[in-house]
Amino acid sequence: MVGAVVLAVALATQGTSHRTLLWGGDAEGGAPFVEADPRDPSRVRGFDVEVAERIARGLGGDRSAQFLQVQWSNIDQSVERGDFTLGLSGVEDTPARRARHAVTLPYFEFREVLAVRPADAGKIHGLADLRGRRVATLGSTIAYDMLMQARDSTGVLPISYDDDVHPYGDLVTGRIDAVLLDHIIAQRALRRRGGSGFVILDQPVAIGHYVGVLAQANATLRDSIDAVLREAMRDGSLEQIFRRWNVWDETQRPFFERVLHTNERASGGPTTPSVQALAYLPSLARAAVVTLLVSVLSMALAVVVGLALASGRVYGSTVVRVATTSYIEIIRGTPLLLQLFVIYYGLAGVVRLPAFLAAVLALGLNYAAYEAEIYRGALEAVPRIQLEAARTLGLSELQILRLVRGPQALRYALAPMTNDFVALLKDSALVSVITVVELTKETAIYATNVGSWVVPGALCAVVYLAMSLPLSRLARRLERRWKTP
Amino acid sequence: MSALLVIDRLRVRYDTRDVLRALSLEVARGEMVALMGPSGVGKTTALRAVAALQPFDEGQIVVDGFALVPGPVPPESRLVFLRRRVGLVFQAHALFEHLTALDNVTLALRHVLGQPRVAAETTASRLLSELDVGTRGGAWPRQLSGGEAQRVSIARALAPDPALLLMDEPTAALDPARRTALGATLRRLCEQGRGLLVSTHDAEFARAHADRVVSLTAARPS
Repeated sequence: MVGAVVLAVALATQGTSHRTLLWGGDAEGGAPFVEADPRDPSRVRGFDVEVAERIARGLGGDRSAQFLQVQWSNIDQSVERGDFTLGLSGVEDTPARRARHAVTLPYFEFREVLAVRPADAGKIHGLADLRGRRVATLGSTIAYDMLMQARDSTGVLPISYDDDVHPYGDLVTGRIDAVLLDHIIAQRALRRRGGSGFVILDQPVAIGHYVGVLAQANATLRDSIDAVLREAMRDGSLEQIFRRWNVWDETQRPFFERVLHTNERASGGPTTPSVQALAYLPSLARAAVVTLLVSVLSMALAVVVGLALASGRVYGSTVVRVATTSYIEIIRGTPLLLQLFVIYYGLAGVVRLPAFLAAVLALGLNYAAYEAEIYRGALEAVPRIQLEAARTLGLSELQILRLVRGPQALRYALAPMTNDFVALLKDSALVSVITVVELTKETAIYATNVGSWVVPGALCAVVYLAMSLPLSRLARRLERRWKTP
Repeated sequence: MSALLVIDRLRVRYDTRDVLRALSLEVARGEMVALMGPSGVGKTTALRAVAALQPFDEGQIVVDGFALVPGPVPPESRLVFLRRRVGLVFQAHALFEHLTALDNVTLALRHVLGQPRVAAETTASRLLSELDVGTRGGAWPRQLSGGEAQRVSIARALAPDPALLLMDEPTAALDPARRTALGATLRRLCEQGRGLLVSTHDAEFARAHADRVVSLTAARPS
């Protein structure tokens, strides 16, 4: 039975690979690259979709292109795993990518451009004018690497986003001071805002190229695809695609000429992975500090708010009990991710919280609900006779809580609290969605840029363990000390 | 002798069952009264009602002029007078597990009477010594034997210097030698002018040490 299923899957896969070119991209990136077709959302459209179709046709044998959705930052890993044959979706040409995968000829030239608020347009001409200012971009991109270099050389403050829409919104509201991204993305964002809110600086910060990426073992197919791309440059079909999507400009023609008249595929000098690995260590260390800071501050907030909530549930009037119980149920019943978005983006119209503060608030207020239940359980676990003994001595209710009930409850609460702190340490990875680059995010950027998760993943795990293990040990020691013989 | 405690026709019901019915007794200063009766007859309930840990349905309790009336237990803010005059030693001792023996005794001295730590510790050490547990001040409750825990518990109840000391089944876990020693200790407390109300089902102990014995019989179902 199992054998039959395996055979069927193998045949089906083989059949597919003969007739179709399976390609991966991220429709979340949107037009003009790849987006869900508004007329038929089960299909995708965009210039990368048409480039993939042109390549499939050029490879012959009545091949057609079949799209597979993949997260943009995972394209390299997925193509190497064999999830699809070709990755296309505004994939940038980088030395690291060339070192680890089979990369096609560049087929489009883009400019890394700065977008700033209109009031700053006269004062800012390049990254050098942005010392001490917050400059945003997408994580795991050339632009992000450039900002990291600019941080060391000119003191720019890089902010990493997971998507290319929110940076421009935050630029307009003043949360950040500039956005560095591909000119196609910048122009699209400006069009969406009706041409106002920010301006795109004319002078590009750098020039980059989009390429297709294949598994390293697929170098032969890559050479065939290169031939198709050259042909598409010569016969004008690539130009037509770009014109249809309004991304053709006067720089593309000379770029095509250069590609057609050189055999060099690489656009930059190769960089060995080991050099890159070392280069990322300071960033990882910084990100680990961010993770630790976010976690410690959030936990402190969670403990304080949790104690207040638990006291409300145990000692409060009916109104207070209903209010605290509602808070706890709402917070525990909705995703932390949603709470992060609401606090950072949802409240932006009322109060524009800095990302770090929003992260600490969201995590702290979320965990407070869980802490409150732990403390309530612990308070109620203190035997009633202990409270009565304290009462007969003449202690007030507040003194009983502070001197008798609280200290005893703390012992019951310690183990679940430690457990929660370790969980929070890992949940803090979620705050990367609101631009806080912590350990997991930095690891993902690192892994994308070196093209492997093995070393970055192991390093990341070691750092998390180095933070959580001593904590568990400390908790065990305290529990032993408090467990009087 | 003026009455320190007057219990007048006390009635306590759990649901429809009478736990106590028409209990009346008095305890004078310097007097030790034993409240006798088999288990389940309401001895502990009576002591808890006097210590305002337990509401009662009928009757009245007056401690040194302070009256408790039927109905819910009053809030602690209205019991300050009573708390200063009544000490209770629980059958299970109920020592605070997170505090040493000495800190159990100093707790009320420091936080109710507002004594500085050094003064409180001096008083507590003296009390522990008088009760023959002077060397156990640094021990945790779990490190104490049953007899030691009981004496630390007595020291804790005596620390705020209450006029009336209530004790619930103090001989329950004691061997004969310890029982005699406890009797002598309680007599000494009476000589200091305190009133003692001791619940016990130990007739021999009651006869040997109490000034008076009040016997409780099971209340009839109402």
